[in-house]
Amino acid sequence: MAISVNGTDIPIPDDPRVSLLDLLRERAHLTGTKVGCNQGACGACTVLLDGERVLSCLTLAVQADGRAVTTIEGLGDGQTLHPMQQAFIDHDGFQCGYCTPGQICAAVAMLRELQDGVPSYVTAELAGPGAVTAEEIRERMSGNLCRCGAHNGIVEAILQVAKEQAT
Amino acid sequence: MIPFSYTRATSPEEAQGLAALDGHRLLGGGTNLVDLMRKGVEHPTTLVDVTALSADISETAQGGLRIGAATRNTALAAHPLVRMRYPVLSRAILAGASAQIRNMATVAGNILQRSRCAYFNDPAGSRCNKRIPGSGCDAREGFNRYHAILGGSDACISAHPSDMCVALVALDAQVHLLGLAGARTVPLAEFYRLPGETPQIETVMALGEIITAIELPPLPVAARSAYRKVRDRASYAFALVSVATCARVEDGVLTELRLAFGGIAPKPWRALRAEQALLGGPVTRDAVFAAMDLELAEAEPLAGNAFKLELARRTAFAVLADLTGETA
Repeated sequence: MAISVNGTDIPIPDDPRVSLLDLLRERAHLTGTKVGCNQGACGACTVLLDGERVLSCLTLAVQADGRAVTTIEGLGDGQTLHPMQQAFIDHDGFQCGYCTPGQICAAVAMLRELQDGVPSYVTAELAGPGAVTAEEIRERMSGNLCRCGAHNGIVEAILQVAKEQAT
Repeated sequence: MIPFSYTRATSPEEAQGLAALDGHRLLGGGTNLVDLMRKGVEHPTTLVDVTALSADISETAQGGLRIGAATRNTALAAHPLVRMRYPVLSRAILAGASAQIRNMATVAGNILQRSRCAYFNDPAGSRCNKRIPGSGCDAREGFNRYHAILGGSDACISAHPSDMCVALVALDAQVHLLGLAGARTVPLAEFYRLPGETPQIETVMALGEIITAIELPPLPVAARSAYRKVRDRASYAFALVSVATCARVEDGVLTELRLAFGGIAPKPWRALRAEQALLGGPVTRDAVFAAMDLELAEAEPLAGNAFKLELARRTAFAVLADLTGETA
């Protein structure tokens, strides 16, 4: 009865009302994952659950029993930034920074979805592989809101990482 | 959120037995139910997690597809056979919500999601006949931009929020149910009830019945299909009007047509009248507008949503013209 959070086992709470978001922040003391709307509208609480991006505010912690969670704290190795974190710095992909952990977790999973051939609403050919374009990134990142308006820098940061991964 | 207990179902039979118990609700991805519990709209005493039940997508003997109730929305949209044979379904799913929510949400949860009417979602400050029968409706005289123009009643004008279901009714999807009396199958087009005087009753499901799977019939015309969604922002917003269609044109006339709408009715709206009017004729602006006038004959637009009449006509023509290559 535990959730593996960035490789460390965290016990499942007795109270099923505890969201994965609250478990991460209040019990695992990993406050990188942010509380935004707490109702699935903003994406600030995005984490990776078995590698897939989900909203931790709408995930009950008990539902993550036996599964692996990666938060913003688990992307880098503690010394070196994850390439997506570095790219957000390089391209001014944030201003206040509140939405940034969710943006970066979502972006990392998004590039994996693209590699796996998951289509989006704007993918021209459903049967073909998706292209890494600014239009695709904007559509695929629409679940992460940034009230500072750093979206252009975010798109550029993701394009940079996609280019690095392709070479 | 009021306290509740949590359990996991390991078989459809177990889930069905638990669903019949007082205060028990099935939990899929939680993207709607958990939010409603936090808002105080839903108050289950026990959540029965059904995400471990079937998430298989398999071909049927007839050449259709059977989709397990716990299939995640992303998995259905990305499935190679869905993309090839029923592209309208992939497109509709991908038009809905965000990638994170599609990763979480299940197919049965999508079908059974509840109204996004602002007044339904506001127990502290609003009257809503769907939430508290007989309490009144604040939407009729209030903010009703997202509400129904067809199929509503004095009691409720809430619009069904799903994109996926609009494609499913266009594809003649069947809903497999399991209940105390055994298994049965209901067409999705007949699965939802219009609100009438009882907007709190949303489907034909009996107490203790659960959805076990969705089935798509073989439908060659669906290989040429499209979904278009008009909304207030480019992505991650509910539909003002959406259109799902499958069409075949031979010698300049429509020989097969499926047409369904989202955002305009309390259920995903199959436009049978418009289909009948258009079959056998060409896809022209005049023909589509005339067919839509038949479909919308009983529409009851309100102050905030009367624009949907013209938007529905125009969107229907645009998506049909785009799909069939006709431009007249």
